[in-house]
Amino acid sequence: MKTNPDTLPRYTAAERVNHWLVAFTFFLMTLSGLVFFQPLYVPLNQLFGGGVWARILHPFFGVAMIVFFGGMYVRFRQLCAMTLTDREWLTHVRDMVNGDDRNMPESGKLNGGQKLLFWLLVACMVLLVLSGIVIWRAYFSFLFPVGLVRFAAVVHAAAGAVMMALIIGHIYLAIWTRESMGAMLYGRVRKAWAKQHHPAWFREMTGGSK
Amino acid sequence: MALQSLDITRCSATTTPSPSQRQTQEVAKLIDVTKCIGCKACQVACMEWNDTRDAIGTNHGVLDNPMDLTEASWTVMRYSEVETDRGLEWLIRKDGCMHCGNPGCLKACPAPGAIVQYSNGIVDFHEENCIGCGYCITGCPFNIPRLSKKDSKVYKCTLCSDRVAAGLEPACVKTCPTGAIVFGTKEAILHHAEGRIADLKERGYANAGIYNPQGVDGTHVIYVLHHADKPEMYSGLPDNPSIGPMVELWKGAAKPLASLGLAAVGVGAFFHYVTKGPNEVSEEIEKEVEDENKS
Ligand code: HEM
Ligand code: SF4
Ligand code: SF4
Repeated sequence: MKTNPDTLPRYTAAERVNHWLVAFTFFLMTLSGLVFFQPLYVPLNQLFGGGVWARILHPFFGVAMIVFFGGMYVRFRQLCAMTLTDREWLTHVRDMVNGDDRNMPESGKLNGGQKLLFWLLVACMVLLVLSGIVIWRAYFSFLFPVGLVRFAAVVHAAAGAVMMALIIGHIYLAIWTRESMGAMLYGRVRKAWAKQHHPAWFREMTGGSK
Repeated sequence: MALQSLDITRCSATTTPSPSQRQTQEVAKLIDVTKCIGCKACQVACMEWNDTRDAIGTNHGVLDNPMDLTEASWTVMRYSEVETDRGLEWLIRKDGCMHCGNPGCLKACPAPGAIVQYSNGIVDFHEENCIGCGYCITGCPFNIPRLSKKDSKVYKCTLCSDRVAAGLEPACVKTCPTGAIVFGTKEAILHHAEGRIADLKERGYANAGIYNPQGVDGTHVIYVLHHADKPEMYSGLPDNPSIGPMVELWKGAAKPLASLGLAAVGVGAFFHYVTKGPNEVSEEIEKEVEDENKS
C-alpha cells in the first residue's frame, strides 16, 4: 500500500492491534459484567449463552484483559506522561468542550485529556483486577474474609461503572474529533489534522516548520 | 420448590411484584437451645428428608460432625465449651439458615428467581435459576449458603418448604426427641418462646431470651438462649446481625443511579454533538498545510 505524502504515521500496526484487542475484550467484559450489575441488564446474558455462562466467562475475559491492557500500559505509559503543558491544557478544557480551541496550549502526540483518560483507565483497571479476584467465588473468594469480599464487590461495581462512563466519553470524543478514528484504524492521519489537533507533535514530525 | 408460587413476597433480581395474591400465615421454627441434648437426630432427619448425603469426613476429636455446613449438610450442631458465671457450660446450637425477614442473600442475588421469600417467611433457593456467582454468600449475615463444587449451585436449609406447603412440619422438628425444636405460626412460636423464657428466668437464667434479631427484620428460625446477652458464645451467633452498609451500598440505590449516570453521559455526548457540532480541521489550517506542502 502506498502511503499518501499528505499523511503522518500515528500508531504502529502493533499499537492498533493491541488497542482493538483491549476494546473487544472491554466490550465482552462490560456486556457480561452488566448481567450481574442490575436486573435491568439480565437479558444481556443471552449474548453469552445464559447467566451461568456469563458468570463463568466474565472473569476469564478478565484474565485476557490483564494481558491486553498490560500490553497497552507498557506501550503507552511513557507517551502518556503528563507535562506542564498538559496540565495547562486541562485547565482550559472548558473552552475545548465549547468547541473553541484557539486558546488551547499546544498539545503533543496526545493532549492532556487523552493522557488523563489513560491514567484513569489504568486506575480503574487495577481496581477491577484486584477486586475481581476477590469476588471470583469459584477460585478465590474463600481465601478472603467476608468483609473484604463485600468491600471488593462495591469497589468492582463502582470501578466498572466509572470505566464504562470513561469509555463512553472516549468513544464519543473519537467520533466528535473527525478523522481521529482513522488514526486507530489505519495508523495514519492527514497533516492538517495533526496540525489542528496536535500542533507540537505536527512540528516534531515535520521537522519544526513554523 | 415452586409449590407456593402464588405466595411470593420477595424474588431476587426482580423489580416488579411476584405472584402474591394470597397472604399465608407467617411461620417460624423455634430452636430451644436449652432443651437440646446435641443428639443430631435433626441432622439425620434433614439428610433423610432432603435426600442429601455428605462425603464422609475426618474425625477432628470433637463432636461437631461435619465440621461445617456444606451443600449436603444444611444443618449442623455446633458445640462450644464456655466459662460463664455458672461455671463451665456446654452450649449446643443447631446452625442453619435463619430465614431472615429481610434476607441478605436474596438482596445480593443477581439472578431473577434464584432466591424467593414466600409470604409465610421461608427463604428458598431455586437452584435451577442459580448462576453460581456466590453473591448470596457475600450477602448473608449468618454465613449460611454453600456453593457446590459438583454443580456450582448454592444450597441451604429450605425450612422444608415442600413439607410446610403440604401442611407438615419440617423434618428436624418432627424428629427432635426432646421437643427442643418447635414449629408453628410465628405468633404462636413467639408466645411459646416467652413461656420458655419465663421458665428459664425462674430457674436462674437471668439473661435468658429470644434470638429474633431485628436488624434483619426478625427471623423465621428463632432461638431460645440461656445467655441471650452474649449470643457469640454459641459458636459465633452474631450479636446484632444486619445486611450491613457495604451490601446496602452494593445493592442499593447507587446501582440505578449509576445506570442513570451512564445514560446521562451517552445522551449528554449526543447533545454536545448536536449543539456544538463536530471538531473538524479548520479551513485556515487546511490552507496553511496545503501551502507548506507546495513550498
Ligand atoms: C480484569 C479483571 C476482572 C475480573 C477478574 C473480574 C471478575 C468479576 C467477577 C468474579 C464478578 C462477579 C460475577 C461473576 O462471578 O462473574 C464480576 C462482576 C462484574 N464485573 Fe468484573 N472482572 C474484571 C474486570 C471487569 C471489567 C473490565 C469490567 C467492565 C467495566 C467489569 C465489570 C463488571 C461488572 C459491572 C460486574 C457486576 C458487579 C456487581 O454489580 O457486583 N469487570 N467481575
Ligand atoms: S440466614 Fe443467610 S441464607 Fe438464610 S435467609 Fe438469612 S441471609 Fe439468606
Ligand atoms: S450463587 Fe445463585 S443463589 Fe447465590 S447469589 Fe448467585 S445466582 Fe443467586
